[in-house]
Amino acid sequence: MTEPSNLATSAVGEARRHPDAVEARTRRSPGKAWGLWVARRLGLAVLTLWLVSVIVFWATSALGDPVRAILGKDFAVSPARVQLIRDALHLDKPLVERYFIWLGDLLSGNLGTSVTSNLPVAELIGDRVVNSAFLVLVVALVMIPLTLVLALLSARRPGGVLDNVIQGITLALAGVPEFVTGILLVALFSTSVFHLLPAVAVLPPGSAPWDRPASLILPMATLVISVTPYLVRILRSNLLESLGSDYVELARLKGIPERRVLLRHALPNTLVPAIQVTALQLAWLVGGVVLIEYLFNYPGIGATLVDAVRNSDFPVVQALAMIIAGVYVLVNLVADILSILLTPRARTGMAA
Amino acid sequence: MNLRSLLRDPKILIGGLLTVLIIALAVFGPFVAPHGEYEIVGRPYTNEGSFLGTDYIGQDVWSRVLYGGRSVLVIALLATLLGVAIGVLLGVLAAYVGGWLDEIVMRLNDVLLAFPQILIALLVLSSVDQPTWWMIVLIVGISHAPRVARMARGVALTYVTRDFVTAAEAIGEPRWRILLAELGPNLVVPLLAEAGLRLTYSIGMVAGIGFLGFATDPGAADWGQMTNENRLALLVQPWGVLAPVIIIALFTIGTNLIADGLGERAAKGAA
Amino acid sequence: MSTERTTALHDGAPIATVHGMQVSLPARGVDVVDGVDLVLHPGEIVGLVGESGSGKTTTGTALLGYARTGAEITGGEILVAGHDVRSLSPAEVRSIRGIEIGYVPQDPSSALNPAIRIGRQLRELLDLHDMGTPAERDEGIRHILDEVGLPNDDEFLRRYPHQLSGGQVQRVALAMVFLPRPKVLVLDEPTTGLDVTTQSMVLSTLDSLCERFDVAALYVTHDLAVVASIADRVAVMYAGQLIELGTAKQMFTRPQHPYTRALLNAIPHLHEAFSLTGIPGRTPAPGNRPSGCRFHDRCPFAVDACVQEEPPAVETEPGHAAKCIRLHEIKPWDPTERVGADTTADQRQDIILEVANLDVFYGRSHVVHDVSFDLARQEVVALVGESGSGKTTISRCLGGLHDEWEGSIRFGGDELAKKARRRTAEQRQHVQYIFQNPYLSLNPRRTVGQILVRPLELFGVASGKAARERAAELLDAVQLGEGVLSLRTNRLSGGERQRVAIARALAADPSILICDEITSALDVSIQGSITELLNRIKAERGISMVFVTHDLALVRSIADRVLVLQHGHLVERGLVGDVLDHPQDDYTQDLLAHTPTLDRVERSA
Repeated sequence: MTEPSNLATSAVGEARRHPDAVEARTRRSPGKAWGLWVARRLGLAVLTLWLVSVIVFWATSALGDPVRAILGKDFAVSPARVQLIRDALHLDKPLVERYFIWLGDLLSGNLGTSVTSNLPVAELIGDRVVNSAFLVLVVALVMIPLTLVLALLSARRPGGVLDNVIQGITLALAGVPEFVTGILLVALFSTSVFHLLPAVAVLPPGSAPWDRPASLILPMATLVISVTPYLVRILRSNLLESLGSDYVELARLKGIPERRVLLRHALPNTLVPAIQVTALQLAWLVGGVVLIEYLFNYPGIGATLVDAVRNSDFPVVQALAMIIAGVYVLVNLVADILSILLTPRARTGMAA
Repeated sequence: MNLRSLLRDPKILIGGLLTVLIIALAVFGPFVAPHGEYEIVGRPYTNEGSFLGTDYIGQDVWSRVLYGGRSVLVIALLATLLGVAIGVLLGVLAAYVGGWLDEIVMRLNDVLLAFPQILIALLVLSSVDQPTWWMIVLIVGISHAPRVARMARGVALTYVTRDFVTAAEAIGEPRWRILLAELGPNLVVPLLAEAGLRLTYSIGMVAGIGFLGFATDPGAADWGQMTNENRLALLVQPWGVLAPVIIIALFTIGTNLIADGLGERAAKGAA
Repeated sequence: MSTERTTALHDGAPIATVHGMQVSLPARGVDVVDGVDLVLHPGEIVGLVGESGSGKTTTGTALLGYARTGAEITGGEILVAGHDVRSLSPAEVRSIRGIEIGYVPQDPSSALNPAIRIGRQLRELLDLHDMGTPAERDEGIRHILDEVGLPNDDEFLRRYPHQLSGGQVQRVALAMVFLPRPKVLVLDEPTTGLDVTTQSMVLSTLDSLCERFDVAALYVTHDLAVVASIADRVAVMYAGQLIELGTAKQMFTRPQHPYTRALLNAIPHLHEAFSLTGIPGRTPAPGNRPSGCRFHDRCPFAVDACVQEEPPAVETEPGHAAKCIRLHEIKPWDPTERVGADTTADQRQDIILEVANLDVFYGRSHVVHDVSFDLARQEVVALVGESGSGKTTISRCLGGLHDEWEGSIRFGGDELAKKARRRTAEQRQHVQYIFQNPYLSLNPRRTVGQILVRPLELFGVASGKAARERAAELLDAVQLGEGVLSLRTNRLSGGERQRVAIARALAADPSILICDEITSALDVSIQGSITELLNRIKAERGISMVFVTHDLALVRSIADRVLVLQHGHLVERGLVGDVLDHPQDDYTQDLLAHTPTLDRVERSA
């Protein structure tokens, strides 16, 4: 459900230059260029995170009157509570000052206090973050090998029966919203049809999701079905492109067996774009869990976020939004660095 | 590119049929519904009413399915138009003008891309009492914009660097003409494919927002909201949830098939 | 290149034989290659010449039992080193590929795997076939690298293909193919795209390796001059058939088939101002090939019988045969009647373009150094040099397409601004730029009519109905019918597209055409006809040209004066005849020495 990335190419630097210029270009030493590139990339990540914090704060503080949102119908009848909340959120101070107070707290690890429960946000969401991370990790561990196997099977005989079946199924699934997939799975496996798996993942207090693996299966399957089809399609088309290249033709004309051509000659050249798309899908997962956790009542950040949004519990919303965006920025940073490491052209000729 | 040659592609044909079918259901549904949108026809969660039974307060599920498409359809279409319009404008300009404009647009893009689309929606929803339909259009549309912009920039860049654009520059062709007459026609198919993809995601997001219970018009029939209203009874009376969910699934499969078919054509055209 | 190599016929047993070979696209029921007969003897290099779409590459790879996806070898016999290739199982075919018969790709920079180090790519086949001990393999690799003139240390073996220059990459490909000591080689345009100095090095390496290891090579190319300098025998392909075969000497001095003659009339000669002609019409694609003699619809000698019957191969002298029924009726080919005269006097009374002290930069790199020259009315000045010489860069500055430069460019006495947009409309109108690749320089979404009418309107030459009539006239002037007016350019061939690009430049009614390698992406016969067209435009319209090219021979057929560039420096200038016949500068002499010519066969005649 996410989109192709051009990060790899932009990281390598697409120069709109003329051959003459390329010829005449002087090269800096690879090591130094490397350092510069990583420094620049880190700088960009920090800048992005900062701008993200501005947007998060602005969207939650300046779009409406927070107190009115928090109190709802109570707003008009209890001016005392209004003042209480205004003080807690420093609402009497100007917006910019409030932002810097919030940012300072954030940087020193203080996530604030929940407006609805009056508990520290960190305490409130700690377990949930772990639960969500666990879910995402499990999904990633299933998704990556599954993608590889399906794409290779598909690319081995393009246009064959197996390829057509895989293409048909992945295309049909690629656009279906994740909560729709989830509901259909529940209907299939937890209700009248099969009744095999628990439909909800509510956990007794104090227990962790890995203690009850059965309750994990449906949320995990839903997420895998939501992210894998797109990945398979991208990896397959990259593989086919690579299989149509001159170097694969030469390998075939050298008498290299087809299996080796596919795994040793074509696959390594599709790794970088695959990493970029995988990163995007992982980042999407972090957002995608919101609906799925809500659907399955899974005790993670998604369900918490939806509750916090409904109750206008701004400190919780802000903290979770920063965590989700932060994970996204981090995943992309790692993917970009991996891409550079795995692209000989980029790694050995950073100045190019 | 004409419609007949497009329909020869089985993907576009099947996708088109599904999409037209469901749009027809949404548009004409209210005229043929056996019961009213808010009419109570029996006890909650029973098989009273017409063939899909009743919902959480005893309204007729089938009738509400027939009523509930318009809002999803209109909001998703408008959001897609908005997102594609903003994205294409920014992306193509960034590619064509290049330099600092490109740098600024793409940096801001990176920042917006750091938010999963649903998170943008939730952030805005948290600070409003009651979302209105145009607010959903804005949220969904704006969350599409950076993604469309990145794609449009990529496509435009492959043409901006081609010599026919340089040739037009060299004879002093006005810039707006280069954009519209030289670049424009080359971007139509890839951008239509992108719009199809965005429509698919719009439907998912609009319905998803309803599913999370952020109703623009509480109580009204809406495919997204219906899934939320009836989801607790999934085990007892599944049709209240399954009927809208199946329709949303078919709709997104349809639009996605069209987008994929167009995307294949765009790839062929660029080669 | 060894001129002493025998051009006599080999009497020994052939190492590879192809008989009646057919390759088709079964899905479309179309033949790509139809009934090719060819033998290769050990130690012999056979040039397989043809234009794009002739089936020459398909013929070459079919020798390895390989056909591209969708194609299939459907008939005939292919014997390679004692193996009947068509009767082997896929695994058996794979086992002789690389070992008995090797393949050198057209563009090794894309044919070497970008993700695998050079050393591993060289070793792969040896490891796969367990040839020798690992130490012997290692030794063999270092030895062959030395043989092809490359470094053979560990550092080099650890490199990736992108870290090598174009010439190095091609020599790695040569090393790779010779490493398992194959008996037969197929080389697919192995030097296309290389600079002449590099090309000459690769060719001489190839020549000596073939001779030393007694390898039979099939050298597939479109470049007749390269064939003349390396091949013992030459086979010419047209529309999927072999139409003439003979020794290099026979083919270049006594060509028989009308198509071979036409090809020779289309290639320039370094030492004479040869007036070039093209071949009318276009090469028929598989599926559209005519009946009877496949060349009959483009042949000046065709009679009714040519349409009816497929001509048999007729031997005109020992070892020389051609497929034409009128061989004995048409008079012998005589190149001397096409030799024209070089410009002798300097005709620079009427200067319209002056370039003074031009320095050009790309960012921080300084790519052109202090270049000055001028251009007179109706004069053609050629800018020649290898890649990186700055020739295209200078032309882009003239056209206002690149603005990082210092110095002055004056048109009709007025200083030209750096960017085309900042020049006056009149200046933009008078200086027109034609690009190298017509596939990129014409908008695929616009019709030929729209493309031609736009500059007419923009410069106020004509509008409305008058503009459309004018567009039709322009198409006529570039020898395209007005039938193409309503077509999009993707329906046109490369040569036709380049004609449209020329017509677009002419639409502005310019004084100067800047031609940036405008024939180098095109086939030989099309290059001939474009050159012919440019010469006519110059004579009829009095237009001046700056002609950028890497092909020194071509300069002789089109230019009055020539400027030789090396690394952005102007190293020699003068009248074409003077510079090419009596080069003064070392670099020019070097370039000329490495430029392949028809001389070898002519001298030995």
